[in-house]
Amino acid sequence: MTAVGGSTGPATGAGAAVAGAGPSAGRRLAGFVDRWLLRLFTIAAIGYLMVPILVMIVFSFNKPEGKFNFVWAQFSLDAWATPLNRPGLSDALWTSILVAIVGTFFATILGTLIALALVRYRFRGRNATNLFIFVPMATPEIVLGASLLTIFVSTATLEPFKSIIPSGIFYPLGLPTIIIAHIMFNISYVVVTVKARIQGFDRHLEEAAMDLGANEWTTFWKVTFPLIRPGIVAAALLAFSLSIDDFIVTNFTSGLVNTFPVWVWGTIRNNLPPQVHVIGTAIFLIAVGGVAFATWLQSRGGRTVAMRPR
Amino acid sequence: MSLLRSRRAIPYLLMAPGLLWLLLFFVIPNVQMLVFSLSEGTLRTGFTTPPDVWDIDNYTGSISRFSDNFSNSIVYGGLATILCFLIGYPLAYAIAFKGGRWKNLLLFLVIAPFFTSFLIRTISWKIILGNDGPALAVARDFLHLVPANFSIIGTPLAVVGGLTYQFLPFMVLPLYVSIEKVDRRLIEAAQDLYAGPWRRGGLVAGAIFGAFALVALQVGLGYGAFVGEDAAPAAVVAAGLIGAVGGGLVGAFLISQSFIRVTFPLSLPGVFAASILTFIPAIGDYVNPQLLGSPKTQMVGNVIQGRFLDQNDYPIAAALAFLLMAGILIAIFLYARLLGTEELTGGTA
Repeated sequence: MTAVGGSTGPATGAGAAVAGAGPSAGRRLAGFVDRWLLRLFTIAAIGYLMVPILVMIVFSFNKPEGKFNFVWAQFSLDAWATPLNRPGLSDALWTSILVAIVGTFFATILGTLIALALVRYRFRGRNATNLFIFVPMATPEIVLGASLLTIFVSTATLEPFKSIIPSGIFYPLGLPTIIIAHIMFNISYVVVTVKARIQGFDRHLEEAAMDLGANEWTTFWKVTFPLIRPGIVAAALLAFSLSIDDFIVTNFTSGLVNTFPVWVWGTIRNNLPPQVHVIGTAIFLIAVGGVAFATWLQSRGGRTVAMRPR
Repeated sequence: MSLLRSRRAIPYLLMAPGLLWLLLFFVIPNVQMLVFSLSEGTLRTGFTTPPDVWDIDNYTGSISRFSDNFSNSIVYGGLATILCFLIGYPLAYAIAFKGGRWKNLLLFLVIAPFFTSFLIRTISWKIILGNDGPALAVARDFLHLVPANFSIIGTPLAVVGGLTYQFLPFMVLPLYVSIEKVDRRLIEAAQDLYAGPWRRGGLVAGAIFGAFALVALQVGLGYGAFVGEDAAPAAVVAAGLIGAVGGGLVGAFLISQSFIRVTFPLSLPGVFAASILTFIPAIGDYVNPQLLGSPKTQMVGNVIQGRFLDQNDYPIAAALAFLLMAGILIAIFLYARLLGTEELTGGTA
């Protein structure tokens, strides 16, 4: 894990060194090609990553001729004026937001506790835990969703689950099962993100607090927590964005309840209104704004930690 | 003594709630899915679990019955991973070594797609690649590169393109971390020891790799069918030649000896980790083949979701999902044995 920004040295020196300082024409040509080709490539690759986002934003201003917002027809602000004017869309959006908030809250707490244990203590089974935490991230979402669906269905239909678990908790599927699933797949991401932050900080600060008479509880809240807070904020932002976006796991665990992505998946068989693009754009802008704000908050603290989804 | 003992329990107490959650909602569900995969029945008739005889019919049956979907998954996932690597490595290298003060912004732009919904990004590609979309408007109507009845949506090209786009950040970020860690002093040392450009070697290696990549793309995407059976071998040769020339140029001009002897070997663990992290979600996806493909390009994920959510055929679906999971566990296990767990898990010893 690398802390990005501030701590790393100037990269330009290495660039010049790679190009070589030799005087021959061939070398100079290679250096020229090296410098500009890579730069152009980087711009093109970043552009490639941005294109679908731009298409989404542009098509939120479209007034499609048919039922599907796939072909550009004419500029219109209609969809922006009535962003929720579709049956079920408003409910789905609020469900998404509720799931993301509740799921993020619990996943951040559970994940941060694991991260603290993994970095701060030496104990038997630590490496195994590191690997175990990684497995859910490496599991395809479809397997996460499918396995949860089997266990939820089992609680209603199969022994021994049927007699242990009161009916109605996990089946029929609904809001609780979506939230359970989102907490589950977010824990690992929180652990990895917070761990990266904790690894970087100086344990002597805690020892100093203890030497000055603070007990462990006070030390944690007065020293440790403020130091790792940027990592926790980054982890929570990441969990929130993964959660509000999630389609595959949610599709398996939502039953008849819709989140926004599940609603889109259902509607696209019959139509695709530009409202989908409007809400997608709004979520994108809010998310970017949130990250910009968090980065600004952290940079005021002096050091920044890159938010990494992996 | 009791104080010592209670202090020893602290890490376990901290981890207990989170690990319990993962046990209940990750481990047990997967075990239950394994049980389902060995049983028979449907949601309506009930399941015969646990089976009297451990019966692997669901596995053998589903492998032969859905072999097309399995091969689609592996081929499309593999091609998308190769393409992600070809795009992602130079990008990660540029950000890590030449990013300068733009580094944070570039990293932010790499993850920016995650701030929009996965589905909406795929819908965007459906718009771009559609029969009335901008890509064909340029290639077909303006440049006349492709025939009038040519379409991209519904072909393997669209599915692989969608997968490549969706999972490119999964390739770039681990690569960035591992390239960033390369000690710059080693590169300077190599240059002091007369490591220069790598003209001939780069030409040969680039040509071979480029030819291989393009032939793999061409064969994997099944473009023989587009140019007709007779012309197919010629098209493969042509693709190989184009790849060789392109790869050779890149190799001869851009790849220096210090890169091939120092930077690249040191970033190899990251290359493997990034490839695993890209390949896994790619082979399990069902959104891209559903929205961008045709019935012929359906992957294992489409079968699993259809069996689970539409047909309630849990035993077969569980067997398919478990095969996917087993393949991935084997890949992670091999990686961990060969290269250790650090690059993958971000853990430090």
